[in-house]
Amino acid sequence: MKRELIPLNMLPLGSAAKVRSLTNDDSRTRRRMLDLGLIKNTHIEAIQKSPSGDPTAYWIRGAVIALRSDEASKILVEAVSGE
Amino acid sequence: MADHFVVALAGNPNVGKSTIFNSLTGLNQHTGNWPGKTVTNARGKYRHKDKSFILVDIPGTYSLMASSVEETVARDFICFGEPDVTVVVADATCLERNLNLVLQTLEITGNVVVCVNLIDEAERKKIKIDLKILQARLGVPVVGASARSGRGLNQLREAVYRAALPGVVSRPLAVDYEGTIEEAVQMVEPEVRRTVQNKINSRWAALKLIEGDHSIIKSLRDIMGFDLINDATLANRLAAARKFLQENNYDSDAMRDSLVFTIVSLAEEIAREAVISENQKFNSRDRKIDSILTSRRYGLPAMITLLGLVFWLTVTGANYPSEVIAGFLFWIEERLTEFFQWAGSPPWLHGLLVEGMYRTLAWVVSVMLPPMAIFFPLFTILEDLGYLPRVAFNMDNFFKKAHAHGKQALTMCMGFGCNAAGIIGCRIIDSPRERLIATITNNFVPCNGRFPALIAISTIFVGGTVPGIPNSVVSTCALMSVIILGVFMTLLISRILSATILKGLPSSFILELPPYRKPQIGRILVRSVLDRTLFVLGRAASIAAPAGMAIWVMANITIGGASLLDYGAGFLQPFALLLGLDGYILMAFILGFPANEIVIPIIIMSYVSTGSLVELDSLEALRQLLISHGWTWLTAVCVMLFSLMHFPCGTTLWTIKKETQSWKWTLISFLVPTLTGITVCFIVAQTVRMLGLG
Repeated sequence: MKRELIPLNMLPLGSAAKVRSLTNDDSRTRRRMLDLGLIKNTHIEAIQKSPSGDPTAYWIRGAVIALRSDEASKILVEAVSGE
Repeated sequence: MADHFVVALAGNPNVGKSTIFNSLTGLNQHTGNWPGKTVTNARGKYRHKDKSFILVDIPGTYSLMASSVEETVARDFICFGEPDVTVVVADATCLERNLNLVLQTLEITGNVVVCVNLIDEAERKKIKIDLKILQARLGVPVVGASARSGRGLNQLREAVYRAALPGVVSRPLAVDYEGTIEEAVQMVEPEVRRTVQNKINSRWAALKLIEGDHSIIKSLRDIMGFDLINDATLANRLAAARKFLQENNYDSDAMRDSLVFTIVSLAEEIAREAVISENQKFNSRDRKIDSILTSRRYGLPAMITLLGLVFWLTVTGANYPSEVIAGFLFWIEERLTEFFQWAGSPPWLHGLLVEGMYRTLAWVVSVMLPPMAIFFPLFTILEDLGYLPRVAFNMDNFFKKAHAHGKQALTMCMGFGCNAAGIIGCRIIDSPRERLIATITNNFVPCNGRFPALIAISTIFVGGTVPGIPNSVVSTCALMSVIILGVFMTLLISRILSATILKGLPSSFILELPPYRKPQIGRILVRSVLDRTLFVLGRAASIAAPAGMAIWVMANITIGGASLLDYGAGFLQPFALLLGLDGYILMAFILGFPANEIVIPIIIMSYVSTGSLVELDSLEALRQLLISHGWTWLTAVCVMLFSLMHFPCGTTLWTIKKETQSWKWTLISFLVPTLTGITVCFIVAQTVRMLGLG
C-alpha cells in the first residue's frame, strides 16, 4: 500500500512522520531546512501549536524547532502510524 | 614562535559558548538562554601553563554553509582567521545535531578540539555520551564539560594547550561524499591547491567552488588575496567538473542535498555509536511546561501574568527602599547645606553643587536604583529559564501579520534592558528590510532608563485613582497597559512601514525553543546588579551630575525677571499644552536627550527652582509638587505616553547610525517614534478635554 504524502503543516499535533522531500523553490530557505537536518527519512513530530495557531513547534533531531506554516507546507512528509 | 595562540570558539547557538568564554577569560560576555546572543566576535585572554591564549567567541551557527551573516562570519574566522586551534562546543543533550557543525568544521581544519558541554544536564536527562568512542571516530581530542559548574574546564584548557603546540598532527575524520561528487572534486582540487597551497584546505575549497558558493570566492579574494575567478585553468576545470555533474543529474540543489545528506547521515551514525540514551522519549517535563506556557488557552494570559508579576514585584518592592534611600540622601543634603553655610561659601556655589548637582543625583539614585535592582534580576531569571524564545513563539503570528520577522520579538525583549542593545541585537535578523523595521520600532519598548520614571508616575499618580484596590495593583495595571500599548505600536508601525517605505513580505524564519534550564540565582544576582544595574546607574549619574548643574544655572540666571528655563518652557508651552504636557515637561524630554533617566529629575528641578522649596523626601511630597504645578491624571498619562513614544536617546541613535551606516535611516528612526508620540498624545489630550474629563 502506498502511503500518502502530506505537507508538514497538515500533520496533526502529537503524531510523527518521516520527511520525504523538500519542495522549497527558494534555495536559502531550503538550505535552512537542510541545516536543521531535515533530510529524507528524518523523523519529525508535531508537538505544539502557538496560541494563535501558527507557528508550530516540531521535534527534530533532539531539538524543538518552530516553523511557520508557510515553511512547513513546503516539506512533504509521510505520516508514521502507531506509537 | 608567536607568544600567544589564537583559539576560535565555535558551536551551535545556545550551547553555553558564552559561559565557557566567560569562565576561561573572566570577561563578562552577557549570557542568556536563547539562541543568537553572540553577534560579533568577542575576544578575551587567558593563560595556561607557560602560554597565553586569545580566545575568540565566534557567532553560534548550525552550519558553516554561509547562508546568513553569522555563518559567514563564523566560517571566515575558522577558515581565514588562522586560529591555532578551533574549539567546537557541542550540546550533550542533542549531540547528533551538533555533530553537523563539528563535521563541517573538520572539513576546513584538523586543529580542532571538541568540547561536549552540558554533560550534567544530559545526565539528568539520562543521556550518556561515550567520549572515547566519539574521540576515536572524529579523530580529534574530545573533552566533556559542564561549564556552569566549572567541570571539565581544566581538561579543556589542557587539550587546547596540547593541540596548539607545534608538531601535533591530528587525523580528523574525512567526510566521503557520493562517488560522482568525489570525482568532480578530484578534477578541481589540484588546481585549487596550486593557488592556495596549504594556507587553507584545498579539498574543501574545491568543493565550495563546485557548489558555486559565491561568498567563499569573495572571502578568498578579499581576505587571502587569492583571485580564483580570473584563473583560466581553474575556470576550465571547474566548468568541466560542473558539466560532469550535470551529465550525472546533479544540479546545484541536488548536489547540496547530497552533501548535506552525507554529513547528516554521518552525524546520525556517529551519534548512534557514541550516545547511550536510556530515555528515548523527548523531554517530557519541558513538554508539560510548554503545553501550558505556549498553549492556545493559557499562552497569552500566562505571558501577561508573568510580565505583570514582574512589574508588580518591582512596583511594590521598590516603593519602600525608594523612600528610605531618598530620606537618607536628602538628610545628607541638609548636612551638606550646613557645611556650606559653616564654611561661608557663596550662595551660588552651594546652589550649583548642592541644589543643582547633588539633588539631581540624589533623585536619579533614589528613583532608579530600587526598581532596577528588582526588575533586572527578575527579567534575567526569565531570560535564563529560556522563556524569551517562548515569548517569540507566542507572538510570532502577530509579527508575521505585521510583515515583520519573528525574531523581532527577541530584539524587542532586549530593548527592555537597553534600546541600544536591542538595536545591536537586530543583527540576528537576516533580511535587511526586516532588520530595519526592528531597528526603527525598537524604541517603542521602554528601556530601563524610562522604566523608573514610568513606575514612579504610575505609582504616585495613577495608583491612588481607584478606590478600594491597592495602589500597587492599579499602578502595575497602568504600567502593563503602557507596555502592551508599546508592543501594539511596535506591530502597528511595523505593518505601516512594511506597506510604505519598507515594502515586502515576511521572510522565512526558524525559531529554536531551547530546553528550560534552572536559573543560576547567585550568578544572576551578581550579573544583573553589577553589569546592568550599576552600569546603567553609573551612566545615568555621570550624565545627571553635569545636567543638574546646567539646569540649576538655567533656572537661576534671570533676564528681565524670568529664568532661562522659564523662557525655554514658555516658548514650548503652547505646543506642549496641545499634547497634554507643559513647557517644562517637554523641555525636560529635550534636555534628557543624552539619557532618558534624567527627564524626571529635570522636571522636578525646574518645578522646585521656580516654586517654593519643598522637602522632597517622599513620593507624597513629589505628588504634591506635581499637583501644585498643574498636573492632573491626564498630564501623568500623557507624560507616560510621550516617555514611551519619543525620539531614542543619544546612545541609541548613535548605535542606529553605526548599525545602518545611513543618516537617512537614523533620521527616520528619530522621526517615526517622535511623530507617533506627538500624534497619540495630541489625540488623547484633545479627546479627554473635549469630553470634559481632564
